[in-house]
Amino acid sequence: MSKLLHWFSAGRTSGKYTLPFVILLLGITLLASAANLLLPESSALHVSTYSITLLGKYLCYAMLALAVDIIWGYCGILSLGHGAFFALGGYAMGMYLMRQIGDRGVYGHPTLPDFMVFLDWQELPWFWLGMDQFWFAMIMAVLVPGLLAFVFGWLAFRSRVTGVYLSIMTQALTYALLLAFFRNEMGFGGNNGLTDFKEILGFDLQSDATRVSLFIITALLLALVLLVSQRILSSRLGKVTLAVRDAEARTRFIGYRTERYKVWLFVYSAVIAGVAGALYVPQVGIINPGEFSPINSIEIVIWVAVGGRGTLIGAIIGALLVNYAKTRFTAIMPDGWLFALGALFVLVTLFLPKGLIGLYGQLKSKRQTLSTQEASS
Amino acid sequence: MKIKTLASAIALTSATLIAFPSLAADTIKVGVLHSLSGTMAISETTLKDTVLMMVEEQNKKGGLLGKKLEAVVVDPASNWPLFAEKARELLTEEEVDVIFGCWTSVSRKSVLPVIEELNGLMFYPVQYEGEESSKNVFYTGAAPNQQAIPAVNYLKDELEVERWVLAGTDYVYPRTTNKILEAYLKDMGVAEEDIMINYTPFGHSDWQSIVSDIKKFGSAGKKTAVVSTINGDANVPFYKELGNQGISSEDIPVVAFSVGEEELSGLDTAPLVGHLAAWNYFQSVETDENEEFITQWQAFTGNPDRVTNDPMEATFIGFNMWANAVTEAGTTDVDAVEQAMIGQETPNLTGGTAVMNKNHHLSKPVLIGEIQDDGQFETVWETDGVVPGDAWSDFLPGSKDLIADWTDPLKCGNYNTETKMCSGQNY
Amino acid sequence: MKRILRLCLIGIFMALPTWLMAVETKNLLSELTQTKLSKMPAVLEQLEAQGDESLLPVFRAWLGGDLYYTRADSHLVVKTKVAGETVYMGVFSQEVDAELGSKQVRKIKVNNKLRGLLRGTIARLQLTSKQPELRESAVRELLADLDRDTFTTLEALYPQETHSSVQEMMQTALSLYTAKDPKQSQSARLAAIDYLSASLENDVRNGLVQLSQDGNAVIAAASNKALDRINQSVERYAFVDQLFFGLSLGSVLLLASIGLAITFGVMGVINMAHGEMIMLGAYTTYVVQLIMPNYIDYSIWVAIPAAFLVSGLMGVLIERLVICRLHGRPLETLLATFGISLILQQLVRTIFSPLNRQVSTPSWMSGSWEINPVLSLTLNRLYILAFALLVFIALVLILKKSSLGLNVRAVSQNRSMAKAMGVKTEWVDAMTFGLGSGIAGIAGVALSQLTNVGPNLGQAYIIDSFMVVVFGGVGNLLGALVAAFTLGIANKFLEPTTGAVLAAIFVLVFIILFIQKRPKGLFPQKGRAAE
Repeated sequence: MSKLLHWFSAGRTSGKYTLPFVILLLGITLLASAANLLLPESSALHVSTYSITLLGKYLCYAMLALAVDIIWGYCGILSLGHGAFFALGGYAMGMYLMRQIGDRGVYGHPTLPDFMVFLDWQELPWFWLGMDQFWFAMIMAVLVPGLLAFVFGWLAFRSRVTGVYLSIMTQALTYALLLAFFRNEMGFGGNNGLTDFKEILGFDLQSDATRVSLFIITALLLALVLLVSQRILSSRLGKVTLAVRDAEARTRFIGYRTERYKVWLFVYSAVIAGVAGALYVPQVGIINPGEFSPINSIEIVIWVAVGGRGTLIGAIIGALLVNYAKTRFTAIMPDGWLFALGALFVLVTLFLPKGLIGLYGQLKSKRQTLSTQEASS
Repeated sequence: MKIKTLASAIALTSATLIAFPSLAADTIKVGVLHSLSGTMAISETTLKDTVLMMVEEQNKKGGLLGKKLEAVVVDPASNWPLFAEKARELLTEEEVDVIFGCWTSVSRKSVLPVIEELNGLMFYPVQYEGEESSKNVFYTGAAPNQQAIPAVNYLKDELEVERWVLAGTDYVYPRTTNKILEAYLKDMGVAEEDIMINYTPFGHSDWQSIVSDIKKFGSAGKKTAVVSTINGDANVPFYKELGNQGISSEDIPVVAFSVGEEELSGLDTAPLVGHLAAWNYFQSVETDENEEFITQWQAFTGNPDRVTNDPMEATFIGFNMWANAVTEAGTTDVDAVEQAMIGQETPNLTGGTAVMNKNHHLSKPVLIGEIQDDGQFETVWETDGVVPGDAWSDFLPGSKDLIADWTDPLKCGNYNTETKMCSGQNY
Repeated sequence: MKRILRLCLIGIFMALPTWLMAVETKNLLSELTQTKLSKMPAVLEQLEAQGDESLLPVFRAWLGGDLYYTRADSHLVVKTKVAGETVYMGVFSQEVDAELGSKQVRKIKVNNKLRGLLRGTIARLQLTSKQPELRESAVRELLADLDRDTFTTLEALYPQETHSSVQEMMQTALSLYTAKDPKQSQSARLAAIDYLSASLENDVRNGLVQLSQDGNAVIAAASNKALDRINQSVERYAFVDQLFFGLSLGSVLLLASIGLAITFGVMGVINMAHGEMIMLGAYTTYVVQLIMPNYIDYSIWVAIPAAFLVSGLMGVLIERLVICRLHGRPLETLLATFGISLILQQLVRTIFSPLNRQVSTPSWMSGSWEINPVLSLTLNRLYILAFALLVFIALVLILKKSSLGLNVRAVSQNRSMAKAMGVKTEWVDAMTFGLGSGIAGIAGVALSQLTNVGPNLGQAYIIDSFMVVVFGGVGNLLGALVAAFTLGIANKFLEPTTGAVLAAIFVLVFIILFIQKRPKGLFPQKGRAAE
């Protein structure tokens, strides 16, 4: 156990906040869950189920932001298409949940989801087979984004597509998938996507206990992903990726096969995004092609930028903060929240180039210089 | 030490999460769930304003049950998962008594599980594909049999149309409508090769090839018409292309189910005169109720040129029925109001009365209008009486045996008359 | 026979004053004010049978939906516009009755069925019109349902016809009737079919399709042969048509992306607010038309420079306030400009409402250029194609010939060296960004003629624009040109077989794969600036 802890906490100093952060995260999660399940609704400290699902959603977004930060912050690959991996993971989960509805659908067909009955399909398309098994669907949720990332990354990094070209290509990728999933003929429910889920692994999705469990699982997985990523990035491999980020040509000349590092990091990141998507769907109750839209993917990048690129905790904090702000703004000033959001992005990039985490660092170093000045005087 | 920090952090988080202090319970809260930003803002903002106007009018009359009405507006930003989240927020955090909202089918489908789980009440004011009847939703827009079928009948009988182009945006509403129409047309003896079906993505802007195909399809010597379920933004470039390629309404009339006064206000209608639309309401209909409504609306928006449209009338009818049902039930309790809603009658803006049926759909008249050069429609045909909305289409194999009836003893939105089974219900 | 006689007497009839009009006609006209829409066709038929050319103004106004009658004494008036004011004037007297307002008159309704009938009526009455185009279109109108009466009329008119194209049209009509007429001799029918095989008229084709089922095997075979010949040329024209569609889509892509090719290509700034610059241009067109509602035809000429200025100034503003502070951090500018694009969208939504705005098409831009019955090019797209090329050439000239262009190229190739040589790089940056944004504004003017003018306008084009620039090669205007037209044409040639959505997906996948092959696009930038 202590060995494991040591393994996770080992590495560069920037990771020194990771463990406390994880403890804080899990602590809040458990307390919020307890407050939801144990305290009566009348209690002032009761956390509503609405807040729990909202928090669960934020945590999924945080995991997604983490995935983007791993490749953007540590390897310099700006992906404007990470929403695609997220959505693919989500669709895998959605397909499983869809199959669980069974004959409780509108048309009462034993195997076919409603939208297929409606389109006069006689049998399940091949890619829906096996999706009624949870383990299989979960493998798909990881495998499909991973495979896509591998093929795309392998092609792109081998032919040294870099910088803005790569960003635009990832955008094209998610846009093409968006168009494809919109088509009803594809067999993914078209524009409506997959919704009206009933249960997961036999647990009623609408019960508070299931929601809280999903929320806790999300938090645990986020913590795990954070620790593993921290460990990976502070290992030798992480040093090479940093070198790739800062001077790719030089790293290559030294003798590293940079494209291999990039491909594997890209796949790792896509897999995390897929897991986040799979966790997201049962909590929000719908997956549809809108998740593929390029704007969504840009937003993810912005969460990372707001929080602080190149620090894993920063990405998580950024995702949580921006989404919380969005929830509040849309309620407080529905007509003007885009002004606030837009201004936030502009101001953060202008004045907080290292994000909020960077701000903390800036303030700290300022205080340090001040205190050293005081000490010297 | 650490525990103390943790505790304070948690207290802080929970304090911000339960941020909305619950207001005193002497108001009745009306939730408005329409997108104010994103792609759907273009259509939905109008409905938000309509609800606000209705709330204001009701408050001028003294509110309901001796309480004032209070509108709670949120912005789901044309983001479908956000619709579900905002619906949950409205029902659990704001504790609204009724929601007026949604436009697209997908947003309704997204909201539906939430509303059913929390036993909320929603009014959905847009024409839609049918194939649904929820205990917690009242559908005040047209079902396919209140729009599509009468329109096709008109084209066939009055304009002697023999060839049909069914053009739509690729989503549920056009797919369903076109399936129903295809079955209906084939029942009437229209041959397979006289029906052309075409789907385009949302916001499709380059219509050159499709319009030219339609032109070719229409040049076979038989009278041809286009039945358009093209959605929102794609309509303007579609009609512009029609006009420019010289397809006039006499050659190939287009009858649209998603083009109303609002959409026409964004386009020069001179080349479109004579193309048709089927709705339950046109602004140009001359009745006292309508005149009053238009004056009210233009005063409320402060714009003397502001137009009205069918989903606005649907909101108007839904709101009035809800207000009557609440008065009748003496409470805003959802179950009581739901039962009181069935059988409610309220005047249409186009004359006559709308009736809420047992399947949560309305009986309304169907009007067919031709586009005029001032951006208005002129009614050229209307049904003799009202047409009851059909939740489950008789022309689809999957749903022809299904009925919805929310009164005792059935109390089911999805009842199979063959197997005597009630399926697809959560409770 | 009666008809011919009547046609010969036009001159006299034309001169007849209203009061001499037959009493029946007068009664019929007054009946118009009382008849229900469904009974109108019968009245119209009677009117045509009794009336003559003098009724043409009535029919035309009716067709246009401008025919009204006074509530007081039920006499017919026409609604017209004089200097922007709606006025009503007597149908026959052509005198404006200043007393009448919209409250005193009532519209005589018209629907599609009536419009169709009215067009036929007008066509028959116009056979003897003085203008050859009207005569030609009148004959064409009659092709759809030729009867014995029309045939004899045309036969009588044919020898007097002097205009060659009208003659041809009449010959086509006569041949069509002859070919269909089983009473004619076989040789005459064959000769007629042979004549028809050169015609591209739609009604002729439909007639031949009917004839190819004819019981007479010789006629059927001849018709089939003629049809084959026609279909061949139709296919040829269809290809031209498709090419034009592709070019037109390409020109739209070019316009939308060329501004980006400058800001993104030359300055290396990923401007996510580029779409909103286009949107601003489109809204400028709307505002210009709002200011000069009576001069829509000229509004475009005002709108183009205005849009250039509005978007250009906004571009300079953005550059000075935001982008210049993010120099050398291209990915950060992406985020900041994305924020700006959100703000601009919401700004437009707040000022102009989220509804689409109506932008009228100038009369000279509407309609189409009919080359022949199966090939017509829509005028607005034709002008936009030409306009896109003009803008492109102008831009190339600016970059190659002007001193600003020289500075821009110098800065883009080696910023620090240019600075060392005394180029005011900051000023050049602002000007370049302003130029790119201004061009985007001009694109907005063009797009306002094709699509919605609404807050989401820019969003619809931003991704396509990026694809074009990346495909063509960043920093290369010629690349953007070639890329735009390639993508446009590829899209349009794929569309008939795959449908619009799959075509778009294929094009995207193609670009992704192409970039793997040539990571710097079609025309990669050479030299040190490339790294």
